[in-house]
Amino acid sequence: MATRVLDQHHAQAPAHGDKTGVWSWITTVDHKRIGLLYGATAFFFFLLGGVEALLLRIQLGSPENTFLSAETYNQLFTMHGTTMIFLAIMPLSAMFFNYLIPLQIGARDVAFPRLNAFSYWVFLLGGLFLNASFLFGAAPDQGWFGYANLTSKQYSPGLNVDFWTLGLQILGIASLAAAVNFFVTILNMRAPGMTLMRMPMFVWMSFITQVLLLLAFPVITVALILLMYDRFFGSSFFVPAGGGDPLLWQHLFWIFGHPEVYILILPAFGIVSEVLPVFSRKPLFGYAAMVFSGVFIAFLGFGVWSHHMFSTGMGPLADTFFALTTMLIAIPTGVKIFNWIGTMWGGSLQYKTPLLFAIGFIAMFIIGGLSGVMHSSPPADLQQTDTYFVVAHFHYVLFGGSIFGLTAGAYYWWPKMFGRLLNERLGKLHFWLMLIGFNLTFFPMHFVGLHGMPRRVYTYPEGLGFDLMNQIETAGSFVLTVAFLVFLYNIFQTSRQPANAPADPWNGATLEWSIPSPPPEFNFAEIPTVRGRDALWETKRQRGSTLPEPARVSGAGIHMPNPSYWPLVTAVGVLAVFVSLMVMGYTGVWGVAASIALLFLGVYKWAYEPAG
Amino acid sequence: MLLRTVARRPFRWVAAVCLLALVLTACGPENYPQSTLLPRGDFAKIADDLLDTTVRWALLVFVLVEGVLLYAIFRFRGKPGDPEPHQTHGNTTVEVIWTVIPALILAAIAVPTVRAIFQTNAVPGKDALTIEVIGHQWWWEFRYPEFNLTTANEMNVPLGRTVSLRMGSTDVIHSFWVPQLSAKRDVFPNRETRMWFSAQAEGDYPGQCAEFCGIQHGRMSHRIKAQKPEEFKAWVAHMQTLAAKPAGAAAAPAASPQYAEGEKLFTAKGCIACHSMVAVNAPKGMVGPNLANVGARSYIAAGTLKNTDANLARWIRDPQGIKKGVLMPNLGLTEAEAQALAAYLRAHK
Amino acid sequence: MTAHAQAAHLETSTGLDNRKLAIWTFIGSECMFFATLISNYLVNKGRSLVGPYPHEPWTSPAGQHFEPIFEIPLVTLGTALLLFSSLFVVLALSGAQRGNRKALLGWLAATLACGIFFVGMQVYEFTHFVHRGLGFTTNLFGSSFYTLTGFHGTHVTIGVIWLATLWVDALRGRLQPHRALNLEMAALYWHFVDVVWIIIFPVVYLIK
Repeated sequence: MATRVLDQHHAQAPAHGDKTGVWSWITTVDHKRIGLLYGATAFFFFLLGGVEALLLRIQLGSPENTFLSAETYNQLFTMHGTTMIFLAIMPLSAMFFNYLIPLQIGARDVAFPRLNAFSYWVFLLGGLFLNASFLFGAAPDQGWFGYANLTSKQYSPGLNVDFWTLGLQILGIASLAAAVNFFVTILNMRAPGMTLMRMPMFVWMSFITQVLLLLAFPVITVALILLMYDRFFGSSFFVPAGGGDPLLWQHLFWIFGHPEVYILILPAFGIVSEVLPVFSRKPLFGYAAMVFSGVFIAFLGFGVWSHHMFSTGMGPLADTFFALTTMLIAIPTGVKIFNWIGTMWGGSLQYKTPLLFAIGFIAMFIIGGLSGVMHSSPPADLQQTDTYFVVAHFHYVLFGGSIFGLTAGAYYWWPKMFGRLLNERLGKLHFWLMLIGFNLTFFPMHFVGLHGMPRRVYTYPEGLGFDLMNQIETAGSFVLTVAFLVFLYNIFQTSRQPANAPADPWNGATLEWSIPSPPPEFNFAEIPTVRGRDALWETKRQRGSTLPEPARVSGAGIHMPNPSYWPLVTAVGVLAVFVSLMVMGYTGVWGVAASIALLFLGVYKWAYEPAG
Repeated sequence: MLLRTVARRPFRWVAAVCLLALVLTACGPENYPQSTLLPRGDFAKIADDLLDTTVRWALLVFVLVEGVLLYAIFRFRGKPGDPEPHQTHGNTTVEVIWTVIPALILAAIAVPTVRAIFQTNAVPGKDALTIEVIGHQWWWEFRYPEFNLTTANEMNVPLGRTVSLRMGSTDVIHSFWVPQLSAKRDVFPNRETRMWFSAQAEGDYPGQCAEFCGIQHGRMSHRIKAQKPEEFKAWVAHMQTLAAKPAGAAAAPAASPQYAEGEKLFTAKGCIACHSMVAVNAPKGMVGPNLANVGARSYIAAGTLKNTDANLARWIRDPQGIKKGVLMPNLGLTEAEAQALAAYLRAHK
Repeated sequence: MTAHAQAAHLETSTGLDNRKLAIWTFIGSECMFFATLISNYLVNKGRSLVGPYPHEPWTSPAGQHFEPIFEIPLVTLGTALLLFSSLFVVLALSGAQRGNRKALLGWLAATLACGIFFVGMQVYEFTHFVHRGLGFTTNLFGSSFYTLTGFHGTHVTIGVIWLATLWVDALRGRLQPHRALNLEMAALYWHFVDVVWIIIFPVVYLIK
């Protein structure tokens, strides 16, 4: 526990006072630093995924284009999807989980600080492993969803699918470890007086996300294991010649895959639910409904998976069941949208950049949600599925939704994390460029999809009428590029400003605004007692005025966990196991055994290391 | 100043997007030969009607909700010195209403949906024309069991008669998609899937594979020609002449020297190992498309190239350069050899 | 709450120690993992193209005859021992919590013995099956069976290593009552592994 005082052997652990330098980052177990590591790494991968998308859009900008070969295109669209989902959106959400959850619940750190560090290192190593495939000219090329039996050894003999299978397993371990950590943290480390129904909405949505992670990731883990066994050991789980069924992969994948999309969106729901009240100057409308709709979405999210499989001919009963559950899930989702508008209604809207992105989120998510409802009808979906209409739908919910929401969070919490406010003018420019670029890129996809352009095609012929819309989409992607350049410039310019942002620049409602920007390592000098929802507004209301700028105290007498390098060693052990599986042809079983030994060493030393 | 800019720009943007949308849709689906929005078959019509229903509701909800959002954006913008607004926590009545109304709208979509699900899953009657569709990496095989015919990539069907598709694959999962006549259905290597349609208007309808199936998924198009029943009968009759020649039959009269050369090369270079030149009782499990009537097709290599002498010769000479990864190897043919083969093939209509 | 437990942790929102909550959470996730593996086994049941089969004899096209592959008596013994081992670990934990070193060492050793026997039984079983013609890739039954029971066996092995480490700790006098939570976590994990087997045993071995 973060504040326990134990007999400590300082000889092993690095010194507490050493807070700068690369080594302090490598051995950090501070949730705030880990959050920043997640953020920087994820943002890098996000830009990488964006470059991949830009290349795709250049190729598709004109019919019969030869800018990219078929092979390269297929690798890029696979990596774009895989990167954006697993290396960008999820870890960007993890940045916010890490940085904010302890602050918002009034804790000093997460339940298991070293496990937290472990999750980050495994994520980093997994992302590097996946992208290392480019160095071998064997980037995954089977789509982010890797349908069997295209992924069998027979039809994908190269290393591409192996990189994907093993890479995702590594990332899955990172996600599961983090999910256990945050689940326990939220459930167990709330400040006195913070009942579940007084938690900030971001914490609630994050909590539900952790439950989804815990229940959905094991399913993809099994699916990837079975695929690995097929490819490495010659089993036939998904190979028809040996009695296996490719459709089984689809079921397993989507039983994971559908909850996964809620994992991708719920954190953004949470962020928007934080930003809107603060910038409307009134509380979230219908707190209870927001909690229960989130829980309902998560629960029901496990019952809709085959709506990704309407074209497989499952029969009318299965089609009907999944159509109805899919339509059902639109109800709690719609409720949230209305509650957000209800929050704005009657408020005093402060048009700062975070609010712009939050409103952009709502506007775009409505469109994405509506196209989702259009998909829920199987006979209609039989025309829409696997066309650009679907590409439009999921980009509206994942980009227009998740990315806009995460960006709102970035602008909102930037001062808390870095002690500097991002520039407002540049922020607004970023917003408008992103909104316009996003819609130019993805709105025409609704039409070109309905007009017959399938997904995952590296080119298209003239004469089908796709040309103009693709040109517009490509132009839009360049506008988006400019938007991100503006954001990068904003970040750069801001970093050169002095770090003197106030603790509470926005008149926030939640506890993180009551401590200095950026917070000291121990977060709270004194663990607060919470008396209601919107704890900080409550406190300010009781005082009758704003709070004074919190003093920076030394934190002497507060024991924080010691830094440690065993999480990193263990993470390297995890990577080693999977690399050794990949190169079993060369290093045999002994390679795997040695890696497992390294893994066990890391775990053992970690377990017996004195905690701080 | 900034507030005025904020007020003006959304309108401009919204107007621009609407205009764009209008322009695009107003262009008319006739310019989109593969469009799902101009159904010419009964199955496609069912899908389109459902799309219509959902689009109407979606548009209504869109206009209402985005409208309310836009209104709120302007009506409640804060000014400096504004007092704290009323700290509303919720309103149970309103929340119940906006839970029930979407549920009712969804019910309105669910009812025609369920009806259409069962309609589209119905088994065609005995008088349907059965056509077997077999997906390959990266071309389509079509068989007509009723007539013992096999062809590839371009299918003929009669107007007004239900076509019952019985589908599978020889390798990975593909998806057979006929936007204007029916919709799409995946094809599997280990089970049969089915779809049906009845073409309502004559035409030449393109379609594409709609399930990622490997490197050349983007080049796996097919065409369906819907023709009057008499014309279809004539086509069948013609196809049935494309049978194996009896042993010792004389060479075709008026065969050019190029044709004869091509005929020899077809066997000598091994083309015959993968491609059958007969449409009747053609062997199953051939690696390459049936070429009995390849001269009559509008495209070759599953929609990759228009079917011309030059293109066919190009394809024969360098398939890997045009459609990398196909199972047809580069045979190291000379230009003359390729042209001879092209002449031979194009004569087979 | 006992005095030593109180000293061991600060107040948590649920009253449970973080680590105990964590192991339950992990177990919850692992339930989904095994549920998926078991579902995979059930989906593939009866869909093997060739034998040997679990409960029926089979003659190969080449004329080779195979008896039903399962040897229920041995597995039943292993199952029973695994079940008892859950009791033994509870007794060991009780010993740890009361500071009874003899009980702790004795019952923990008994637990380990059962666990080691179980893993040994499975290794023997797998080797024997392979000898009798059921390899990993022989048919869907083989692949599904070895995958499911193999992962379970791996979990048992990890449990054995974990408990053995704690046994060494106890031997060195480092598993005092205030550190009993370490054993409790391992015990919870051990019970979970046991419960999973209670499901696998009838589903795979008994139900035809």
